[in-house]
Amino acid sequence: MTEKKSVNLKKSFSDFFSYIGRHKVALFVSVALSVIGSALTLIGPGKVGDMTNLIKDGLTGTMDISAITKIAVLLAVLYLLGFVVNYVQGFLMATVTQRVTQGMRRDISEKIDRMPLKYFDSHTIGDTLSRVTNDVDTVGQTMNQCFSTMIFYIALLIGATLLMLHTNWIMALCGIAASLAGFAVVVMLISKSQKYFILQQQELGGINGCVEESYTGLQVIKAYNGEKSVQSDFHKRNEQLYDSAWKSQFLSGSMQPLMTFAGNFSYVVVCIVGAVLAAQGKIEFGIIVAFMLYIRNFTYPLQNISQALQSVQSMAAACQRVFEFLDEEEMADESEKTALLQEVKGNVTFNHVRFGYNPDKVIIKDFSNQVEAGQKIAIVGPTGAGKTTIVNLLMRFYEVNSGSISIDGIPTTSLTRENLHNLFGMVLQDTWMFEGTVRENLVYNKQNVSDEKLDEVCRAVGLIDLIDQLPHRYDTMLSDNASISAGQKQLFTIARAMLEDAPLMILDEATSSVDTRTELHVQQAMDLLTQGRTSFIIAHRLSTIKNADCILVMKDGDIIEYGNHETLMAKGGFYADLYNSQFEQAS
Amino acid sequence: MTKIMKYLTKRQCMWIGICVLFIVGQVWLDLKMPDYMSAITTLVQTEGSSMHDILIQGVYMLLCAFGSMMFSIIVGYFAAKTAAGLAQTLRGKVFDKTISFSLEEIDRFSTASLISRSTNDITQIQNIIAMGLQMAVKAPIMAVWAVMKIAGKDYWQWTATTAVSVFILMIVLAIIIIFALPRFKKIQGLTDNLNRITREHLTGIRVVRAYNAEQYQENKFAKANDEVTETNMTANRVMALMSPTMTLISSGLTLVVYWFGAYIIEAAEVTEKLGVFSDMVVFSNYAIQVIQAFMMLNMIFIMLPRAQVSARRICEVLETRSRIQDGVGYPSTAKQGYIEFKDVSFRYPSASADTLNNISFTAGKGETVALIGATGCGKTTLINLIPRFYDATQGQVLVDGKDVRDYPQKELHNLIGYVSQKAVLFSGTVTSNIAFGDNGKGEIHAEDVHEAISVAQATEFVERMDGTYDAPIAQGGTNVSGGQKQRLSIARAVARKPEILIFDDSFSALDYKTDRTLRSTLQKKTKDTTKLIVAQRISTIKDADQILVLDHGKIVGKGTHKELLRNCPEYLEIAQSQLSKEEIEND
Repeated sequence: MTEKKSVNLKKSFSDFFSYIGRHKVALFVSVALSVIGSALTLIGPGKVGDMTNLIKDGLTGTMDISAITKIAVLLAVLYLLGFVVNYVQGFLMATVTQRVTQGMRRDISEKIDRMPLKYFDSHTIGDTLSRVTNDVDTVGQTMNQCFSTMIFYIALLIGATLLMLHTNWIMALCGIAASLAGFAVVVMLISKSQKYFILQQQELGGINGCVEESYTGLQVIKAYNGEKSVQSDFHKRNEQLYDSAWKSQFLSGSMQPLMTFAGNFSYVVVCIVGAVLAAQGKIEFGIIVAFMLYIRNFTYPLQNISQALQSVQSMAAACQRVFEFLDEEEMADESEKTALLQEVKGNVTFNHVRFGYNPDKVIIKDFSNQVEAGQKIAIVGPTGAGKTTIVNLLMRFYEVNSGSISIDGIPTTSLTRENLHNLFGMVLQDTWMFEGTVRENLVYNKQNVSDEKLDEVCRAVGLIDLIDQLPHRYDTMLSDNASISAGQKQLFTIARAMLEDAPLMILDEATSSVDTRTELHVQQAMDLLTQGRTSFIIAHRLSTIKNADCILVMKDGDIIEYGNHETLMAKGGFYADLYNSQFEQAS
Repeated sequence: MTKIMKYLTKRQCMWIGICVLFIVGQVWLDLKMPDYMSAITTLVQTEGSSMHDILIQGVYMLLCAFGSMMFSIIVGYFAAKTAAGLAQTLRGKVFDKTISFSLEEIDRFSTASLISRSTNDITQIQNIIAMGLQMAVKAPIMAVWAVMKIAGKDYWQWTATTAVSVFILMIVLAIIIIFALPRFKKIQGLTDNLNRITREHLTGIRVVRAYNAEQYQENKFAKANDEVTETNMTANRVMALMSPTMTLISSGLTLVVYWFGAYIIEAAEVTEKLGVFSDMVVFSNYAIQVIQAFMMLNMIFIMLPRAQVSARRICEVLETRSRIQDGVGYPSTAKQGYIEFKDVSFRYPSASADTLNNISFTAGKGETVALIGATGCGKTTLINLIPRFYDATQGQVLVDGKDVRDYPQKELHNLIGYVSQKAVLFSGTVTSNIAFGDNGKGEIHAEDVHEAISVAQATEFVERMDGTYDAPIAQGGTNVSGGQKQRLSIARAVARKPEILIFDDSFSALDYKTDRTLRSTLQKKTKDTTKLIVAQRISTIKDADQILVLDHGKIVGKGTHKELLRNCPEYLEIAQSQLSKEEIEND
């Protein structure tokens, strides 16, 4: 377990470092500046020590003011220089960090377009979303806060150790031993407290889930007098959370005083040892003063490094999730494909199509059919029968296992996906609209569409009244909570498809939650859309597809029957059953 | 924030008192330490002082450091308990309050906002109390005390140096607050924006691909990404000033104090020189403490506004009183399963027009009353008045002959089995979902659960689930399909054995066959139960005893299917959109 974890850690870091490779120069400068900065910080104490010695000498004899001033000026310059170096370093790091996270976000977003739909159908949107935002943010923050300070503090730690040893090894060893002893306790405590943090996170997640569920289902809770039972569940969780919450809060709050004490402890040890040595006349007083500062330069980085190490762990986890996504399998490269379909008639041939979402579970076993240009194909079946499978295959969102689908005799697999998508217009049941103006939603990525053309299409689908009512017509902003009904959204997507004006059409009919009057409009608009185009219609209402040229009846993923209405009714199979069921009286 | 403090219990107030006491003690110890240091300095400087004396001072100093740590941990303990305790109280209160809200209040706040008020905002308060409490108490005490100690010593040069340092610190912090903080606030909005675009990309991935709009989407993302990056970059570059400034000020301060010290000692009487020297060492320590205190004060000013916002959001919830309160009377009625609307009108609080207009109808025991009409015509609003999710603005809603406002809500809900439009399931098991809540008739037994499930046509899939009736249901019912969810929520209503069943478009996700069988079984098993059905499909309601056709909040038709086909044009229009000509004429 730990073995595996450390390997992953290593992998995510090597990925990370190769990823930030493009900022090599800035990073190198940043590291160099860190080292210079820590060196400057370390020269300070020695000089302050010298200055103290001079002042101390002045206690009994004459004060060598000019020498003191010289050191003071030198120190002032050093400090200012240190300030500049540190700031430039921080500035650079902030810049690099932002560029890296920007690049990561861009890469993830572009990656989305190169991945097969299979990935998104089997992963939640929330999961992908949290990689783009939370995980990248974590990487960015940790990088900014810990990464630069880490180098600085490591350099400082090493420098301070060497300098202390050089100045006086007895005091150095005593000081280092004292601070290390202190930190051993802190590290022990951190590892002990880890379980409370995890517990708190889990319980917090649990209680948040409980809140979410209760609030969204409040109507039901009230109607069923379920208040008491959800409240008792909530308060029980709340009680448990209190326990782990205060414990983890307390433990994390104790780190700081403990670390401070570890610092103070070594400080006192250095003072005492120094005083003893000074009293014996083995060292000068200035060394004690210098050591008081050195030891701070030793314990302070220790505190910071141990804190940074904690965040680095969460960063490694975040990195891993980001790179895991970036390493996902992509769709096959199509740059070598040369076949290009531009003028199509719209003959579609299914030739021994075999398909399964899982290779070991084939759902469409062997389907062949010939669709003539301009025909209307209806796909019917109960909910969950896999009606969208046909769409997935036609659009090559998924690839067939064997067999082929051809348009005008050319197998779709020999076309680029881009070319194929250009041939199809598509209206899906989930009406997809985005925040933007009406125009942007209608025109989408098509160029040069005139207002006259927009008017024409909107009139055709029956949207023009709505458009005229909007304050800025086509330039009205549509946001999430805009008062556009589901039916109107459907009309928008139909208009969008109409503007695209593709030779083949895929339509998913409106659901029952669309109001009936708009539905009439939708139906008329859809009829208009399918005129003269080979169209595939996923039908939910049987009365509307009776005039289809071919009906594909699906059940449990497979196409179990096909033919026109009359032949299917005559056959008396599943379709006939389905069709008749809607007229039987419930009694 | 002060309002929130009201919710502290007596014990927690006591804990805060203890905290203050220990913080004072801690500051005293922290400030005492330099005294011992000065004593050590003097001893070392004095010829012939004994080793023993130096050690004693050292031990005192160490005791101080240890005491300071212990005090700080004790403070941390009580602060953590207070913070977690307050969070628990608030969380519980906000939850109970929200559960008591009627839909009117829920609409006003929005569910999403209520969720974040009960979770994030409270966590925010907990963190502020745990960290801020210590800082808020400690910073002023430390600042004042340290200043007093400094001011007590009669060296204006040093005091002036400290004052100047504090002044510089304040200026830099002001710069950070003015330039960086607003940007950090802005980042939140920009990140939401980025999230939205990615979410759009993911939810519409099929549309994006079908329209070859990958590049379009990419450009949009790049714009949002750049905005986030630039804002972040500026903010972080300003923030990068913080740490170098702190280093510069603290080391510069020591330097200047020593520098001036040289002159002061030079000018001092020979006998006083040693005293001035140890004062100098001590003073530089105090000065650093002052700087730290101001730094802490500043942190509070950065944290406080955020806490204020959270506190206000929490208080808003706690101070809201539900408009709908229990009726006082306990009406015992002779009638059963009887609903009457007497000239009912309803208007949503912020709306400018009535959603329901003069609605009157009655439903007797065992009758089925159906509601049909376009979306937004007020069907759901109408049935929401029966369980008192809202109260009518005018007129009366009577259940079993009594005004619903006269019932205690619990008693009213006991009479009703309500199935919401969006099927709601809770995490738990199939059985816990069906036997949910309390119907005032004692526990709902396993046989009742099985029976209800069989009425709802759910037996087949429930028995196929892993664990059958005890199969786990995930939060939000994500592990069952839409149609299955709907059937389970119907079973839940049936298991209550209510006098009145209300279905708010609850058959929409079922295919025709299941829909039909379910309704005929329901009719058989619950003959005496009054049913109110909202539907979109004519086929669902064709055989109702009474159909109400709603249009823009008014009843425009009342009667049976056949009557309405003849005398209600709105109904005919709906029928025509769903059924073919022959089907209408056949009736």
